[in-house]
Amino acid sequence: MRSFKAGDAFLNTFLYAGLALFGAMTLYPFLNLFAISFNDPLDTLKGGIYLLPRVWSMDNYGIIFSNDRLLGAFTLSIVRTVTGTALGILCTAMFAYALSLREFVFRNLFNGVLVLTLYVNGGLIPTYLLIKNIHLMNNFLVYLLPLLVNAFFIIIMRSYFESLPSGLTESAKMDGAGHFQTLFRILLPISLPVVATITLFVAVMHWNSWFDNYLYASRANHLSLLQYELMKILMSAMNQSAGSQAHVGESTVSVVTPQAIRAAMTIVVTVPILVVYPFLQKYFIQGMTVGAIKE
Amino acid sequence: MKSGINPASRRKATPSLLRKMLIQKELLLMTAPLITLVIVFNYMPLYGWIMAFQDYKVVKGVSGSPFVGFDKFVQLFQDDQFFLVLRNTLVMGFLNLIAGFIGAIVLALALNEVRVKWFKRSVQTITYIPHFVSWVVVANIAHMFLSPDGGLLNILLQKIGIIDQPFYFMAKSHWFWPIHTFLSFWKEVGWSSIIYLAVLSGINPDLFEAADVDGAGKLKKMWHISIPGLMPTAIILLTLSVGWIIQSGYESQFLLGNPIVLDYSEVLDLYALRYSFQIGDYSIGAAISIFKSVVSILMVLSINYLAKRTGSGRLI
Repeated sequence: MRSFKAGDAFLNTFLYAGLALFGAMTLYPFLNLFAISFNDPLDTLKGGIYLLPRVWSMDNYGIIFSNDRLLGAFTLSIVRTVTGTALGILCTAMFAYALSLREFVFRNLFNGVLVLTLYVNGGLIPTYLLIKNIHLMNNFLVYLLPLLVNAFFIIIMRSYFESLPSGLTESAKMDGAGHFQTLFRILLPISLPVVATITLFVAVMHWNSWFDNYLYASRANHLSLLQYELMKILMSAMNQSAGSQAHVGESTVSVVTPQAIRAAMTIVVTVPILVVYPFLQKYFIQGMTVGAIKE
Repeated sequence: MKSGINPASRRKATPSLLRKMLIQKELLLMTAPLITLVIVFNYMPLYGWIMAFQDYKVVKGVSGSPFVGFDKFVQLFQDDQFFLVLRNTLVMGFLNLIAGFIGAIVLALALNEVRVKWFKRSVQTITYIPHFVSWVVVANIAHMFLSPDGGLLNILLQKIGIIDQPFYFMAKSHWFWPIHTFLSFWKEVGWSSIIYLAVLSGINPDLFEAADVDGAGKLKKMWHISIPGLMPTAIILLTLSVGWIIQSGYESQFLLGNPIVLDYSEVLDLYALRYSFQIGDYSIGAAISIFKSVVSILMVLSINYLAKRTGSGRLI
């Protein structure tokens, strides 16, 4: 049945070459950072490190993890991600479950209030002043509370719950199970794909955020996150080379952080994600498309 | 469930919201704290919009600051910097939208033609990576690659002989938009292609077989089957994102910009931040938020109107 044509062969070559090139362009920066991070910091200054380290060394990582401030930031980033994700999944599941039940009195009202947040928001400055007024400035809770309810994630999970056979919840009800039991004992265990998807999304959101740190907790050193520390190092390096008189302010690691340390920090910030996500890939594609189509 | 309904209890059943709530107390327990959070963090900031019509002073608060009508908007529209910033926001939003839209479709079409499973899967896995890393990481990568001091791009260009002096990309204002667009494209194109790949895999295979019988090549099949198959989804997604052009982020511009390229890198939110924190005028910040919301709503409505007019279907 297959017809081979010269045009097709040409197109195929072109497609494979193009995709391989784009893949390489995406992957190379990470490989390069990896090589630099494991190379001797002094040797790195000579340049010419591409895919592999020239002089193997763990010094860069040693410097990062022996710096109290960076180690603290690393720990806090982990604490934030773990608590934020655990609470986030819990809240997303509860809200999505209630909204998926047709009999729930406030289903339409709550659903409307939630979906509207996708389109309406107060904006940067009004939100900033709100956080200030409710005394969440320089408070660990500012990392958790505003992100606890996310309309997008709830819609995805709600769609998934709605796609499950309704007999499940009904028979649980017959057996006298309460809503909490139905959700946690029956629905969640069979909703692994969507739970995995949302877990990934929430965890990445927490792990990657730095702007809330910058805006709401930049004066509290003990609340510094790893992304924020990396951002400060980046800013100081950029301003240095831009030759501008920009004030670097709080960056205390060192005035000019060598490229090698910057590379190592970037790897520290990136690797946890790279380790986790390929395993969840088949779930999140499923989760993404279900949510999108259902919406 | 409806066992033993007699007329009396049915009459009672209608006004008994309170009773229903009592029965569903578990569901309320699940949702009430969360809806409170939504109201606090998503709706209460709207109260701050009042500031835009006041000469807001932090010590006096919203309740104590004097009202000045539309003065703050007038002040905003008389500021030349505001129009620069508005231009930057719209141009960068538009460039991202177009590049991302075309890129995602092309990538999905290309991946859809790949028959070697491991190759397809590897390319997919790799192109999704940048979506999951933060802009801080992307900005770091960009800074390293574009650096005039041993950055890879400079080395390459010098070796090929296109330039003889190291070129400082990040300090050239005219380069900011292309660099920003490229990085956003690089970061998100793989991720955005997921939805199109899903649509492509849902196209009826009979169509392709029929085309094979008729002797159509790959390119013809793409043009006559795959692309028309993608169009409905593509148009809906494109239209939905038009309203977001002005709402698009500020993290990337914050991290990639520097004082030298400020006239091309600053966007509305960063301008609002600068105004609020450096000059202490929070009213301007609120005015910008209102302006953004109004423009975004107008854009969505007019696109919807145009779509109806041209007959390509109702979108909202």
